[in-house]
Amino acid sequence: METLERILSQHPFFKELGVDYMQLVTGCASNVRFEQDQFVFREGAEANQFYLIREGRVALQLFSPERGHITIETLGEGDILGWSWLIPPYSWHFDAKALDLTRAIALDGKCLRRKCEDDHHLGYELLKRFSHIMGQRLESTRLQLLDLYGVRS
Amino acid sequence: MVPRPYIVKRIRKDTVDTFTLELGPKDGRSHFSFAPGQFNMIYIYGVGEVPISICGEPSNSTLVHTTRAVGSVTKAMSKLRRGDIVGIRGPFGTSWPVEQARTRDVVVVAGGIGLPPLRPALYHLLAHRDAYGKVVLLYGTRTPDDILFKEELENWRARFDLEVFVTVDRGTPGWRGNVGVVTTLITKAGFDPTNTIAMIVGPEVMMRFTALELMKRGVKAEAIYVSMERNMKCGIGLCGHCQFGPLFTCKDGPVFRYDQIKDLLVKWEI
Repeated sequence: METLERILSQHPFFKELGVDYMQLVTGCASNVRFEQDQFVFREGAEANQFYLIREGRVALQLFSPERGHITIETLGEGDILGWSWLIPPYSWHFDAKALDLTRAIALDGKCLRRKCEDDHHLGYELLKRFSHIMGQRLESTRLQLLDLYGVRS
Repeated sequence: MVPRPYIVKRIRKDTVDTFTLELGPKDGRSHFSFAPGQFNMIYIYGVGEVPISICGEPSNSTLVHTTRAVGSVTKAMSKLRRGDIVGIRGPFGTSWPVEQARTRDVVVVAGGIGLPPLRPALYHLLAHRDAYGKVVLLYGTRTPDDILFKEELENWRARFDLEVFVTVDRGTPGWRGNVGVVTTLITKAGFDPTNTIAMIVGPEVMMRFTALELMKRGVKAEAIYVSMERNMKCGIGLCGHCQFGPLFTCKDGPVFRYDQIKDLLVKWEI
C-alpha cells in the first residue's frame, strides 16, 4: 500500500525537500474525497488547506449575479490547488468545485504555517515551490487575457 | 503556375466564422497528392488568392480546406456555393515530419484555427498507428463554440490508441470540460519527452509558449516543429513577400524545425 509520505515525496512539488521536512509535511496531510459537483472550498471561507489532486478535476470559479458561475481555470491530476492559506488574510478568493469524483491529499495550512514560522528554511522552501506555481498560473492567465484565438480587428 | 479550376462539391459551416470547402478537379480526372502540412493557394476569381493549409486525408481524392472568414478573400470564399469554381495552385511548402517520427511518441498541439493544418498529419499517424509510440492531441480554443471537428474529436477520444485533451480559454455556462490555455495540458499528457516529436500550429505567441513548455518538460528544440504563416503570395519563394529573416515561409516552410527559427520568432524587426 502506498503511504502518504511516499505519494507526497514522489510529487514534483516536494522534489528534493529532504526526508525530515517530508515527515513534517506528511504529519499535516490527509486523504480527502469530493463527489462530483461538491465544493472543495467557497469564496470568502477561511483558507486553511491546500490540495494535491490525485484523481479527478476541479474548477476554479467565480460567481457573478449576471453570468452565474464562471470557470476561470480547471485543475486536474497532479495539480496543486490553493495558496490562500499561505498569504494573509488566509481566505479563499474563488470557489473550487469538483467536476468529477475527485481524490486529493489535503495539507493542513494552519499546521504548516506554524511550522514555517518556527523553521524559516522550511518556509523558504515551500514559498519557492508556491512561487513557481503562481508564476505558471500568472503566465497562463496572461495568455488567456491576450485572447490569442480571437479575430484581430 | 496557372491555377487549375476546381469545383466546390460541398461547403460546410463549422463554427460562426469557420467553414470547410470540399473541392474536386473540374475536369474530374487530375489526381491531387500532397504531404501533411502543405498548403494551396486558393484563387477566388475576381477577388484574390490566399494560402490555405490542406486539411483532408492525404489519400482522399477530395481536396479539403478549413479556414476562417477574416479577410476579403476568405469572406468571399465563405459565400461560395456548390458548383462554383475556384483556382488552385499547389501543393506548396514543407510537410510534417511523419517519417522521422516513426517509432517515437508524437505530441500534436493545436491552438484555435491551428487544428486544420495538423489534421492530415493526424490522419497519417492513425493510418499507420503501429509505426508510432504514444500519440497525443492537445487542442485549445477560445470558447466551446469554437471547437472544430467536434464529431471527429469525439471519435478520436473514444480510441484507446490516441490521447485527446481539449481546453478552452473561456468556459461558457454548461461547459464541463477543461478551462485554461493549451500549454497547461502539456503536463497532463503521457509521453516520453526524450523520444518525442512535437508538431504545433496556432498563433505565434501560443506556439512560442507551447515550445517553451515542451522544452521545460524535456523535449529538445530539434524535436519540435511549428507551422508558420507570413504573407505568402507566390508560393514558390520568388516574390519575397513572406521573407522571414533568411528564409521564405512559403518555400522553406510553412513547417519549420523550432531550433531553426526560434531566434527569429522573438525578433520583432523582421
